[in-house]
Amino acid sequence: MDLFVSRLSGSAASNYYTQQSIGAPRMATPVANSPARTSAPPAKDRRGFLAIVLGALVAIVPFASGLAVFLDPLRRNGRGGRFVRVTGSDAVPADGIPREFPVVTERVDAWNRSVEPIGAVYLRRTSEDSAPECWSATCPHAGCFVAYDGETNSFKCPCHNSTFTVEGQVIEPSPSPRNMDTLECRMQGDEILVKFENFYTGKAEKIVKQ
Amino acid sequence: MKRMLDWFDDRTGVRALVHATLYEHVPGGAHWRYVWGSTLVFAFATQVVTGVFLWMCYSPSAQTAWESVYYIQYEMQGGWLLRGLHHFMAQAMVVLMVLHFMQVIIDGAYRAPREVNFWLGLILMQIVLGLSLTGYLLPWDQKGYWATRVATNLLSVVPWVGPQLQQLVVGGSDYGHLTLTRFFALHAGVLPGLLAVFLVMHVAIFRRHGLCHKQPITRPDCMFWPDQVLKDAVACLAVLAVVLLLSLHPSAWLSSHEGAMGYAQLGAELGAPADPSSQYSAARPEWYFLFLFQFLKLFEGWGEHGELLGAIVIPGAVMLALFLMPFIGKWKLGHRFNIGFAACLLLGAGLLTAAAVNEDYRARWTSQDRFADFTPVFEQLGQDNDKIAAHFSGQPEKATEYRRRLEEYESYRKSQEYLHAVEEADQEAARVVRLARGPAQIPVSGAITLLRDDPKTQGPRLFAAYCASCHTHTAPGDETDLAQREKATGANLYAFASRKWIAGLLNPKQIGGPEYFGHTSHAEGTMVGFVTDTLAGWPAEEVSQVVAALSAEAQLKSQVAADKKDAEPIEAGRKLIADGERCASCHHFREAGELGSAPDLTGYGSREWIVGMISDPKHERFYREDNDRMPSFANNQDPARNTLSARQIGLLADWLRGDWYEPPAEPAQAAAK
Repeated sequence: MDLFVSRLSGSAASNYYTQQSIGAPRMATPVANSPARTSAPPAKDRRGFLAIVLGALVAIVPFASGLAVFLDPLRRNGRGGRFVRVTGSDAVPADGIPREFPVVTERVDAWNRSVEPIGAVYLRRTSEDSAPECWSATCPHAGCFVAYDGETNSFKCPCHNSTFTVEGQVIEPSPSPRNMDTLECRMQGDEILVKFENFYTGKAEKIVKQ
Repeated sequence: MKRMLDWFDDRTGVRALVHATLYEHVPGGAHWRYVWGSTLVFAFATQVVTGVFLWMCYSPSAQTAWESVYYIQYEMQGGWLLRGLHHFMAQAMVVLMVLHFMQVIIDGAYRAPREVNFWLGLILMQIVLGLSLTGYLLPWDQKGYWATRVATNLLSVVPWVGPQLQQLVVGGSDYGHLTLTRFFALHAGVLPGLLAVFLVMHVAIFRRHGLCHKQPITRPDCMFWPDQVLKDAVACLAVLAVVLLLSLHPSAWLSSHEGAMGYAQLGAELGAPADPSSQYSAARPEWYFLFLFQFLKLFEGWGEHGELLGAIVIPGAVMLALFLMPFIGKWKLGHRFNIGFAACLLLGAGLLTAAAVNEDYRARWTSQDRFADFTPVFEQLGQDNDKIAAHFSGQPEKATEYRRRLEEYESYRKSQEYLHAVEEADQEAARVVRLARGPAQIPVSGAITLLRDDPKTQGPRLFAAYCASCHTHTAPGDETDLAQREKATGANLYAFASRKWIAGLLNPKQIGGPEYFGHTSHAEGTMVGFVTDTLAGWPAEEVSQVVAALSAEAQLKSQVAADKKDAEPIEAGRKLIADGERCASCHHFREAGELGSAPDLTGYGSREWIVGMISDPKHERFYREDNDRMPSFANNQDPARNTLSARQIGLLADWLRGDWYEPPAEPAQAAAK
């Protein structure tokens, strides 16, 4: 683009029009007398070039304005990373069995703000005095929700068959590239708070989705 | 007339255009194998027509997408047919595309000078698949939502730009309004527009080179009109007939549980509205993408490269190979190689699809008896490697056999779970439609609110999450979850406060049993003693009066008629309960008796009573310090600190009381009965 502009304002103007006597009507100059007579194509070339540049310009402006709006989601971040109250501690007995809870919190969907379930977590406690362990219910492979299977005491994904131990360790061979995603979890009095985050799926490391 | 046509032709040249369109030379005469291209054009035209009409009724946003599709499907006249045509024609289009592709490969029509047209065809194929992928999300039902989540999550493994690409496609970091607006713009604008442009080029270049006929020509040539057009028209009619047949059949004929829908659902399926917090184990892509879905499962244990290979690299390489076919075809054996390659692809996709279907549906054609001898051993050993090794020590072949059976059993159970999830999803879909058709209709917040506020849907979930570690909720004679029931420490709350339930409570044989106080600290308490010692001596009529009167306190929906009919015995029962020598000696009931020693019988089993009991069983109205292990789910002044919200407790109470909306029986159904 810069290249086009410099050609327009610089070289084109200085080469051709300066050869005309200033103030004289351009059309009045008989082409036959012009030095460009034998090399008429440059004038034509320039007109063609100008037409292309202008054509591109009028095409680009509407497209670029649309593109700006289209790319808008890239600069918006999610609202993850806050501690959210998930349940009371009574709801997670210290029996080592994972239990699923929805995470209900404020959610912004473009122009709407609402309080609603935004995901689900598994909580599991092996002793009364410690905070529960917490995993996101989202499978790290492709994002389905894993289900806890009591009969085999393991987590199973209903989509592509990834399986995890009750501690969230991936059981090989599984399509999942990593263990289930742990989430930070702490107790506040009788309440269980979880720092709810989403992670990119299909990657070996756990990368937070902003 | 002729003058008018002449005038018009003079200005437009329309005759030459029509002539050029219809009088295409067909060397060797019309053939059935030339029809595929025309059927595809017909399919596309059908999609444009039905799509535009659907567009007139569709509203792409998270609160209106499902709702508007519901309205088309269930309320608008002929809506189901319009959706059915659009849905099944999309599937027919994929099938026709494969047939067209195979025809081109077999006839060698991809070779010089038709290379460019072959590439245009491949691009068209991508566009059609893109249309199908974007269209699947638009109803915003559970199926489309979860399948699209998987499909877009795969984008994030694209090297370097994956996450940004995903964010752009999804329209943010989460799925919502902007996902729908984007997918809809792609589905109804960008992709059909591109398809039309590429189709025009495809047909123009096809006309330039003419039909790729077989050598030697054995029959006389003919013109496109009318011979080939007739054959094309017949083929299009056949395609339309198949699509209509698929749309006219209730989708239930594909599954074994027609009863779940309540009324026949015609046309395309519509699942329950998308719920990002609700596990949906039945998420599957459209059937013609199943092979890709199954393909991903093959990359077990490959780590993150597996997904990249399975979802991006290999499909990309296959596509590249297809694009190179015209060059490969130049070699001596190239054409045969191409045919073989295409056939292998088709066969591979077919096998993968069959494997995917078998994995999901095998429980339907496998009998449970097959595992009769295996399950006892399994219950002992499970998947514990140490236990297996110890059990089969010295018999390695038996251990291997066990592991083989274990694998078989696991896949059987997985299939069972899938079928169960499908059935549950169907029931949920049927339920939300019943609610939406009810007098309340759909609130502005969307149909998902209907399900979230429905005791029939939420009750079992809340009960399973918060109550089922102690209580059971099983109808008499129900044999499921026996193991779970043995662990139960609380009462069976099925039909709580109904006459039957209270009759059991006041039955000396039952009150101390597992269904009532048997496993609680009240097993040998005052009430059990009273029922076994004193109440056993009452005349049966008085007991039944007390049962009727106490149950009437609950004002259950199921007992309205019975309560009205038995007004006299209920009045007599109330007097007995209020008698200071009888119930009221411990219990408070209306004006009689005092609080402080036993649960209040006023309004026993009513919504208000159950809500109070769940909120705080230690309250003086209920069990005070005698409360046995039941947590107080909502006894905090600050509602945010309670385990259950007032709304959740209300849902539980309504569900326990069987108090939820049911539509009046459909006329058709009633007539059938």
